[in-house]
Amino acid sequence: MNAIVVDHLSKSFGKGAERRDALKGISLQLAAGSMTAIIGPDGAGKTTLLRLLAGILTPLAGDIRVLDHAIPQEALALQNQIGYMPQRFGLYEDLTVEENLDLFASLHSIPGTMREDRFDELLTMTALGPFRKRLAGKLSGGMKQKLGLACTLIHSPQLLLLDEASVGVDPISRRELWSIIQQQVASRNVTVLLSTAYMNEAERCDHVVLLQEGEILAQGNPAQLAAPLQGHAFVLGDISTAPRSLQASVSQLPDVIDTVIQGDGLRIVMDKPEPPVLPEKLAGYGTPKPVPTRLEDAFVSLLFHRVGRHSITHRLPRDTPGDDAPVVVVKDLYRYFGQFAAAKNVSFSVHKGEIFGLLGANGAGKSTTFRMLCGLLPSSSGTLRVAGVDLRTATAEARAHIGYVSQKFALYGPLSVQQNLSFFASAYGLEGRRRNDRIAWALDEMELKQYSGMNAGSLPLGYKQRLALACALMHEPEILFLDEPTSGVDPLARREFWARVNALAGDGTTCLVTTHFMEEAEYCDHLVLMSLGEILAQGTPTEIKARVRRPELPNPSMEDAFISLIEEHEEVSRRAS
Amino acid sequence: MKLMRLTGLMRKEAYEIVRDPSSIAIAFVMPLVLLLIFGYGVSLDARRITVAEVVAHPTQVTASFLAEMERSSWFRPTLYLDEAAAQQAVMRGDADAILWLRSDFTRLSYSQGSAPIHLTVNGVDANQARLIENYVTGTWLLWQQQEATRKGARLVTPVIADTRVWFNPALRSRDYLIPGLIALIMTLIGALLTALVVAREWERGTMEGIMVTPVSRTEILLGKLIPYFVMGMGGMAMSTAMAVHLFDVPLRGSLAVLLAAGALFLLTALGMGLVISVLARSQFVAAMVAIITTFLPAFILSGFLFDIRSMPSIIQVLTHIVAARYFVAILQSSFLAGDIWPVILPNVLGLTVLCIFFLSIALLRFRKRLD
Repeated sequence: MNAIVVDHLSKSFGKGAERRDALKGISLQLAAGSMTAIIGPDGAGKTTLLRLLAGILTPLAGDIRVLDHAIPQEALALQNQIGYMPQRFGLYEDLTVEENLDLFASLHSIPGTMREDRFDELLTMTALGPFRKRLAGKLSGGMKQKLGLACTLIHSPQLLLLDEASVGVDPISRRELWSIIQQQVASRNVTVLLSTAYMNEAERCDHVVLLQEGEILAQGNPAQLAAPLQGHAFVLGDISTAPRSLQASVSQLPDVIDTVIQGDGLRIVMDKPEPPVLPEKLAGYGTPKPVPTRLEDAFVSLLFHRVGRHSITHRLPRDTPGDDAPVVVVKDLYRYFGQFAAAKNVSFSVHKGEIFGLLGANGAGKSTTFRMLCGLLPSSSGTLRVAGVDLRTATAEARAHIGYVSQKFALYGPLSVQQNLSFFASAYGLEGRRRNDRIAWALDEMELKQYSGMNAGSLPLGYKQRLALACALMHEPEILFLDEPTSGVDPLARREFWARVNALAGDGTTCLVTTHFMEEAEYCDHLVLMSLGEILAQGTPTEIKARVRRPELPNPSMEDAFISLIEEHEEVSRRAS
Repeated sequence: MKLMRLTGLMRKEAYEIVRDPSSIAIAFVMPLVLLLIFGYGVSLDARRITVAEVVAHPTQVTASFLAEMERSSWFRPTLYLDEAAAQQAVMRGDADAILWLRSDFTRLSYSQGSAPIHLTVNGVDANQARLIENYVTGTWLLWQQQEATRKGARLVTPVIADTRVWFNPALRSRDYLIPGLIALIMTLIGALLTALVVAREWERGTMEGIMVTPVSRTEILLGKLIPYFVMGMGGMAMSTAMAVHLFDVPLRGSLAVLLAAGALFLLTALGMGLVISVLARSQFVAAMVAIITTFLPAFILSGFLFDIRSMPSIIQVLTHIVAARYFVAILQSSFLAGDIWPVILPNVLGLTVLCIFFLSIALLRFRKRLD
């Protein structure tokens, strides 16, 4: 039996010249009791599809049947049987955990006598029991998301529609969310359809649908999708000495589709089932060993073929002389918002040409630390030196040395790419020849020429990101701050972005990056792991992973490291209190 | 429709109102500030006008007239030596008018015909200038009459105006401003606050979560309407109590009529608020639209501050779509004159039409859809 049947479904937004097709005649059948993931680049139509299935958008053409209801005509009848969790689940922040549950119980007409048992069950499952009387607005990001899921599950729905339920959530909460979802599938035979940006999450589903520009590019079970690339994936030994320059060299070899730094090795995906032929100067790294393929390989390869490109070329870093004096020094930094400490006792230093990562979940204190480093937020106490300038006394002078790309890319939507560039050139006080040179450089280096006349607001996300980067680099800053530049960006754009950052660092620009994608930590030379305003660990990725290496966990991933470090930290603070 | 869903939504709304300081600020603090400003601060009466007096040739007669000026509660006279000094005072803003008693004042004041006083008024505020002119003329006539009576002579003037002021005998502008203010306060709660809280649900994504539950759109709308209706009536009770007890505005009509008309107006304002919230999904846009389409018209075009009859005729026609216009008329009648049915009934009819119009638009246009 099929829980969801979609036939030639189309949907567009806007009218006339502004019209944009979100879904272009897709057809889909999902079996009851199955778990399906929708993956695809930003703007592929994932959210639109989920909203159409939930009956809160009207299709342009095509038929939708969900749990045997014609949608959107019978949406009201369906809505008692489904649970839908929007990307940002709207909890009422002025209501307590219990009051939120109570509201959704009322909306689903659950009688008062049954509520208490159901609440207990859900609160135990989500481990939110101790926070029953706490306002939803005062919960952490992960707890909010779990409460959102609990509200969605209150009426024991037969179908769960989850829109990026785990984005921006710390690894521990993410793991908990997944165990709740899987428990629903196992114990109650619930059908689940979820969209996700994490390939390892999609890999855990029975069925994966790859969406691109409103069309289904491929679908099938994860193993099936990865099968055509069997024998295309290889790993190249121990590269911990100079991983980025090796990646740059290998990415330029013929038939190489994808290169990813992973642990201490370089993972290579080929267009043919043959290992790459290494030139002599790389012979020292040994021979590439075949490894099993995974879903992400298939995804990247399909998207590359689709956009007609072959691979991302990583530029070889120019050799820069090592400079021992750190360019960023943070010591005993504190920041309070009222009683709340957003940053506690933060200390680290960054050297020239380094890629320095700040890792942590939403609300860990990354952005607060960043804003203080950029002089956007005064610190409560502590030392902050950027490019040799004390930020407490000379904020304006320090700003001349830094570039900042904010989470939301501060671009002027109604201005064209060219106009945005010339505005930022003026803002940084560039004149005459230098100004023209820099604008030409930006259009050329960021490959923005073909879009130079287009308004920044209508650029695809990946290009917006490039433009934001170009604007921040107008005045050739020594230090570049990138605040979650990759959130909401698909694996392909993420690879491109990192290739650019690597090139910048290779040219001697110091890059500080925040991210909540644990696997991105591998790209950093040095990183700090933050949680609840404190630094849990710092060092090179290898050092951090080594800290949690145990016999039962011989090859820990960054995510494993993060989870065990947080658990260790919580253990310590529990014992202390 | 299910009662459980509706009470669930209403309970949620009540918690939000109580815990969110911004809705309390709009519903209670702003009305309080408005009431205090209009009750104590703003006055359209000209009182204690500063007059610069210049007497060319002081005599007993001039002294008698100046004493009359002094006695009047309208004026606060100051004596200046010559006209130049008085002009300086007006230019400095120390005086609003110059009263010049010329050298022939004593002689002319007993003869009939032309008045021997010379008045110069600062005309920047035209309204005030006209009031000063009238008050000085009035004082002059009064003084002449008294002088005549004192001498046992009959003053020969063609007409003597015997003025009586109805409904507001003390001519206190406060007495008609404060009732009108109630309409403004209820617009604030009914339209602005309601439009804001619905837009906030769109902004925070809570609306999307509510929409995928089996709740019907009538329930969603009633879940907003009822709590803010209760709140608006609370605001009205507070304003009425303050008007009567703090500012001594008389309430000549019956409270029942006032409350019934208030409820009708509040439903209309809520209807407008809900219509705005269907169209505007961000708080910024909702606030702008609500202020421009409901609050400002209630302020300017309702007859609360400016008399509708003295507006250009096209604007007069336009005021008919301003709900506050009907309510202000009812309020002013209820407070100052009593239950005057020929005034109340047509205005109630006007309000009813607008009320049905806005509520049905809200119900028809509100969809459980994002597009």
